Amino acid sequence: MAKHHIAATVNGDPVEFLCETEDTLLDVLRDTLNLTGSKEGCASGDCGACSVMLDGRLVCSCLVLGAEMNGKKVETIEGMATGEQLHPLQQQFLKHAALQCGICTPGFLVAAKALLERNTHPSETEVRYWLAGNLCRCTGYDKIVTAVMDTAAAMRKG
Amino acid sequence: MRYEAPDSLEGAVALLAGAKGETRVLAGGTDLLVQMRADILDPDLIVDIKKIPETRAITEEKGGWRIGAAVTGAELKEHPRLKKVWPGVIEAANLIGSTQIQGRATMGGNLCNGSPAADSVPALIAAGALATLAGPNGKRDLPVEDVMLGPRKLALQKGEIVASFLLPPRPPRSSDAYLRFIPRTEMDIAVVGAGVSLTVDSAGAVTAARVSLGAVAARVLLVAEAAQAIVGSRLDKPAQDRLEAAARAACRPIDDKRGTVEFRIQVAGVLARRAALIALDRARSN
Repeated sequence: MAKHHIAATVNGDPVEFLCETEDTLLDVLRDTLNLTGSKEGCASGDCGACSVMLDGRLVCSCLVLGAEMNGKKVETIEGMATGEQLHPLQQQFLKHAALQCGICTPGFLVAAKALLERNTHPSETEVRYWLAGNLCRCTGYDKIVTAVMDTAAAMRKG
Repeated sequence: MRYEAPDSLEGAVALLAGAKGETRVLAGGTDLLVQMRADILDPDLIVDIKKIPETRAITEEKGGWRIGAAVTGAELKEHPRLKKVWPGVIEAANLIGSTQIQGRATMGGNLCNGSPAADSVPALIAAGALATLAGPNGKRDLPVEDVMLGPRKLALQKGEIVASFLLPPRPPRSSDAYLRFIPRTEMDIAVVGAGVSLTVDSAGAVTAARVSLGAVAARVLLVAEAAQAIVGSRLDKPAQDRLEAAARAACRPIDDKRGTVEFRIQVAGVLARRAALIALDRARSN
C-alpha cells in the first residue's frame, strides 16, 4: 500500500507529509514534522497530553489518523507563543508553578486556551470539567486551575 | 491497511461491500483507534465517512430531526435548537468522555461500537429514534433498539453503514432525560444508564412513555413494561414504585469490576425513576 500524501496546515504553515494508514496525527507531528511538544501519555484518549486543535476543535491527536489530515488545520503547543513572547496562559503557569515534570503541560495549555477562546469568564467548575480529559500526576490540579482562572481574569482586563 | 474517505454513501457502501477481509467504518475514531492500538482490531480497510455530507448534517425533517451518524458531541451541544427539543439525547451524547473526546465522538460510532454501556444509545432508544442504514440494496430504517444484538454484534449486513438517525416529531408537553451511574463525576463508563422520554396531557398525566436501560444486559434494553407502568399516571409515588419494579425486573446484568448484579439492578430502578421525574418536569414546562 502506497503511503498517503497529505497537505495540511500546521500552526499557520502549509506542510506536506507522507504517512501510513496506521500513523496517528500524533505520530506525524512528533516523528515526521519534529513537533515534539505534543506528548504521548496513554495513547487511548484518556490523558490529554497529546491535545491539539483540529479545524478549531480540541482533540486528542493520538485518536486521529494522519491520513485524515488532507486540507485540515492543526494548531499545536509550538504555535502558542509569539516568538519569544509567551502566551498569557504560559506566563501564568510559570507564575503559579502549575507544572512539575511537564509532560502534561502542553496538553493543558492547548486545552485551556481552547476554553478561554470560548468562555472568557469560566467558573472554577467549568474549568475543572473542561480540563477533566487532561491528567496531571504532579500538581494536584489546583495550581493549574488557579493559573487558568487568573489568566481569564487578566485577559478580561485586557 | 487501506484508508478510504469517499464523499458519498454509495461510495462508502461499494467499498465496504466489495472488500475482502476485515473492514471498519471510521467516524470519530475514539473507539476504533484505541482498539487498533491495543491490537484488538487490525482491519484491512478503513472507510472514513466524515466526508459524506449526510453523515455530518443536522436537519429538520417531517417535523422531526435528522442527525448525521458522524456529527460530533460538541456539534450536538452547540446546536441552537436540538437541546430544547431533545435534552435527554443531547445530555447523553455529551456525557461521553472528555472535551477532547467530544470534539470527535459521534452517536453513530457510539451505537456501532456495540457496547451495552454506550451512553447515547438508551437516550436514542427512549426517544424512539430510527437508524437510517445505507447498504448495497439501498436505504432502510431500523429502530435503534434493533441495531445492536449483543456486545460488538450488530444487525448490519455486509456493506451496510448507519448513515443518520431520525428523531420523530415531538407532540406538545414532551421531553426526555438520561442519567447514568459512574463512581466519579466525569470521564467514566456507565455502570447503569437510564433514558426516559414521555409526553403529558394538559392535566399533567403521562400519555406516552418509552424507557430504556443501558449496561444491565447484553444489549441496551427497551423496557415496555416500565413505560406501561407510568402511562396514565401523574408519576405519583405508586407509579414511581411500579416503574422501579418494572425496570428492575427487566435487568439481566453481569458482575464485573464496575458493579455487581445486585447493585446494577438496584440502581437501574433508581435511575429510571429519577430520569422519569426529570423528563416529567421538563415536559410540563414545555
